This record gives sequence, C-alpha cells and structure tokens, in this order.
Amino acid sequence: MAEVRNAPGTQPLTPGKAGLGVTQRQDPWWAEWLGTVVGLGILGVYAFVAAEMGKGQWGPYLSPFYSPEFLQLPKLFHVATLPAGIPIALIPLVVILGFRGTCYYYRKAYYRAFFADPAGCAVGEARTDYAGETRWPWLIQNAHRYFMYLATIALIFLWFDTVVAFFPGVGGHSEFGSVNFGLGSFVMLLNVILLSGYTFGCHSLRHLIGGKNDCMSCEPSRLAGWKAASKFNAKHMQWAWASLFWVCATDLYIRLGGLGYLQHVEKWGGWH
Amino acid sequence: MPEVNFKVFRGNSEGGEEVDYKVEVTEGMVVLDAMFQIQQTKAPDLAIRWNCKAAKCGSCSAEINGKPSLMCKTRLDTLDPSKPVTVRPMRAFPIIKDLVTDVSFNYRVNKTIPPFKPKPGTDWKMLQEDVDRAQEFRKCIECFLCQDTCHVLRDHAKHEQFGGPRWLIRAASLEMHPLDVEDRIPMIREKLGIGFCNITKCCTEVCPEEIHITDNAIIPLKERVVDRYYDPIGKLIRIFTGNK
Ligand code: SF4
Ligand code: SF4
Ligand code: FES
Ligand code: FES
Repeated sequence: MAEVRNAPGTQPLTPGKAGLGVTQRQDPWWAEWLGTVVGLGILGVYAFVAAEMGKGQWGPYLSPFYSPEFLQLPKLFHVATLPAGIPIALIPLVVILGFRGTCYYYRKAYYRAFFADPAGCAVGEARTDYAGETRWPWLIQNAHRYFMYLATIALIFLWFDTVVAFFPGVGGHSEFGSVNFGLGSFVMLLNVILLSGYTFGCHSLRHLIGGKNDCMSCEPSRLAGWKAASKFNAKHMQWAWASLFWVCATDLYIRLGGLGYLQHVEKWGGWH
Repeated sequence: MPEVNFKVFRGNSEGGEEVDYKVEVTEGMVVLDAMFQIQQTKAPDLAIRWNCKAAKCGSCSAEINGKPSLMCKTRLDTLDPSKPVTVRPMRAFPIIKDLVTDVSFNYRVNKTIPPFKPKPGTDWKMLQEDVDRAQEFRKCIECFLCQDTCHVLRDHAKHEQFGGPRWLIRAASLEMHPLDVEDRIPMIREKLGIGFCNITKCCTEVCPEEIHITDNAIIPLKERVVDRYYDPIGKLIRIFTGNK
C-alpha cells in the first residue's frame, strides 16, 4: 500500500492493546455471547450426532437429516461411497453444515462465540495475527452461494418429503394410508416453512436475485424478487435460529416416534 | 440536586489517566452537557470536540462506559447514576488531547476511493427505487464510531490494510449508483481490504444513524467481490450470456 494511513507524527496504534475480554463496558455484553455459545453448541452437537445415528424414519415421516430418502437405501448406505471415500449418506450433513457454516449470520455468531473475534463490541481480543476472511480456511466463505444452490435442491426434497408425510402414496408408502394429517406431518410442514424463510433471506440469494443490479428499475421482476428477499433478509437471524431449532425438534420427534415412544400421538393421523 | 461521578480521561497519546469529577444532574441532561459543566466549573482546559449537540455533525464521538457513543445523544437517565460514568476518547485513533482524537486517517482513506463518474452524455433522470440504497448510506454523519468499534482497526490496528466500515458504505453508495460507471471492485478488495471484515456487525450496533452497514453495504459488496473473483461458474455463465 503506497499511502500511509496512520496519522503522521503520531505513534501508529499497536495491535492487541486490550487483551481477551478486557472492556470498560458495564452492561451485560457477555449475555449474548453466552447465549450464542450455549445455543449453537447444543443444537450443533445434536445435529451432528443425529445425522450420524441412523433411525431417521418413522412411518411416513423422514427426518430432515436423512433426506432425500434414496440416499438412505440400505444398499447405498453401506456400499456407495464418493470417489473420496465419503459415504453418500453423509451428503445431507455436508450440505447443511456447508450452508449454515458459510451463512453470513452464522459467521457472525461463531466468530463471536467460538473465536472471540470479537466476543462483544468494544471488548478486547487475544489474537494478534488476525487476517479476517482474507486467508484459508476462511476464504471458503466465498463459496456460500454454491452451498446455497445445494441447499435449495435439498429444500425441494424436504418439501417433497412433507407432501409424502401428508399423502404417503405419493412417495410409494401407501402402506401408511392415502392421507395422513398426523402431528408429524405438521411438524414437518413447519420445518420446511422455517427452512424456506431462512433460505429465502440468504444474502447471496438477495444479491443474485436482484441486488447485483445498479439500475434496479431496469428489471422490475428482479427488483420485486430483491424486495421480497430483503424482507426475509432483515430477519435472517431469527429465521436462522428458529429453523435450526425446529430442524432438530423435527428430527427428535421422528426419532422418538421411530423408537416407539410416541405411538399414541399419531393415532388420529390415520396410519397406525 | 443529584450528583453523578464522572471519570474523564485526561491526557494525550503519550499517556494519561481518568480524573474524577462530580456533576450536578438536571433533567434531560446528556453526557456532553456534563462535559460542559466540568469545563465551566472545574477544568476549563478539558478538550472536547463538538458542534451541533443534535446528533447530526458527528463531532462528539467518545466511549461512554466503554461503549462508542455520541456524547450529545447519550442521556444521563439511560446510565446507572450509582456508578461512576467513564468517558474516554475513541480508541482506534491517536489521542490529541483528552477526548479529542486525530481522525485524519479517515480522510486519507476517503481520498483513495475513486469519485462518482457518470457515463458521458448521461441522462440525469433517476427513479427513486434506483437510489434508495445509496440514500440510506448518505445518512452517514461521519462520526467514525463504526470505525472506532470495528475490531479490525480497534484491536488489530490494520489501518494500512483495511479502510473500515464508513468507507465501505461510501464505496457501496457509489458502486450501487445507477449512473456511475467507475469500477471500484478491485480497490474494494485490495485497498479497502473488505476481506478483513468478518461481518461481526459491531459497526451496525453503534451507528447513531442506524445505517445497516453490514447487511446493506458490506455484505452486498462482498457478494460483488465473489462475482468477480470467486465464482467460476457464474463467470462462465456471464461470458456465454454476455450479461454483466
Ligand atoms: S462488521 Fe466488519 S466492518 Fe463492521 S465492525 Fe465488524 S469487522 Fe468491522
Ligand atoms: S456509518 Fe454510522 S457510525 Fe459510521 S461514521 Fe457514518 S454515521 Fe457514524
Ligand atoms: S446468508 Fe445466511 S443463508 Fe445465506
Ligand atoms: S455535537 Fe454534533 S453529533 Fe454530537
């Protein structure tokens, strides 16, 4: 850099003056930090364990961690691996992790929660070799839109699974009746609604749908898309938490059902 | 009349200390009023910078109880009167005296941003929806609180590599302008160093004009940088379709 930006005649400021957690703030800034650590920690570990555990199916219901169903066919599960030796059944987990892990909101959340970079605003940091997102591994964040494409495909499968929950015959599961308005169907419906709201507020989508234009009025349909995406985007954090929580709750519901704990609840659904 | 204890930084870039001052509190008082009272009754040489006392000139930025804030916009009734109120200068800039810092870094960064460049023979009609985005950024009062709270400058002192959020919104307002034809994406990446921002949003949290700095300026610019440098498939599609 040719220009010297530090003020001439003054000492350049030195990095890392404060130290980890050092601040003069008197308000409970750490509450948000702690909430994020606990929330992301619990839900993250749950999602990881659930995706590894198997038993993601109960009657016409398929856990979102095991969608699409064809990846879970026993034959594929045991035999099929990608060239890199990755079992195909792990694809949903990679897509979910990749999409959420590079999401602009979650980046903020985990940089603050797990890297204290910074833990709170105007709160000191420990590290002195900061390079932000200019180096590996964080350069991967630039691939967020690709994960968004994959997640959108996954979302189409999840909508399909939800239709199958209501109308099992559609997915070749007519043994569970032709119509099933069970509690689980609605649990899954809420799940796809929340995931759709989260995905539609994605910053990359907001950019690609219309934000990249300088002349917004030149393409009215893209402007309309951008406006709609912006509405969801403004509450992206809320969608992120609600959908993360509910995806785990949906899995838990289907898992407990599959283990035989919830039979009676589904009686009025029609498939028992 | 109730009294509140203030701890005000007195010193310069060589060093200094917090000095205790008691201030008599009246209704509706803001921190800047308390500084005036100290100047008038106890320390006439206390250096402060201010102009409008209406949260519009962006001069009176300081750190009140550790939070980057405007002194004229922080009412005393929002602070706990039983504890001393600390008032310190912004930390991301060199101190000149007491609460006054040298913010000239900002003007040097600004000079590196290529100015508005219209197409030759421009038709100067614009629709409101084409300039909505840039207008949000034009609300900036250049208080530099966002610069002060940004950890890239505040903690990591990357002043030479990173321009800071205020200048990313200025770059965004030009880049998104429908009549501007200058290309600033390479300088946004290399000179303003947008990759150093890890979108942790502290700038947005402190902005007194409530500009959505991160969501509406920095992230859209990051996406434009991705378009240019990190999206091979998108690039291919653009080559084949001839779109920008
Ligand atoms: S979002 Fe980026 S620019 Fe804003 S304070 Fe955080 S690191 Fe700095
Ligand atoms: S963007 Fe907001 S915080 Fe930053 S200088 Fe402008 S008004 Fe101040
Ligand atoms: S920014 Fe959160 S999903 Fe894309
Ligand atoms: S004196 Fe103008 S913003 Fe505070």
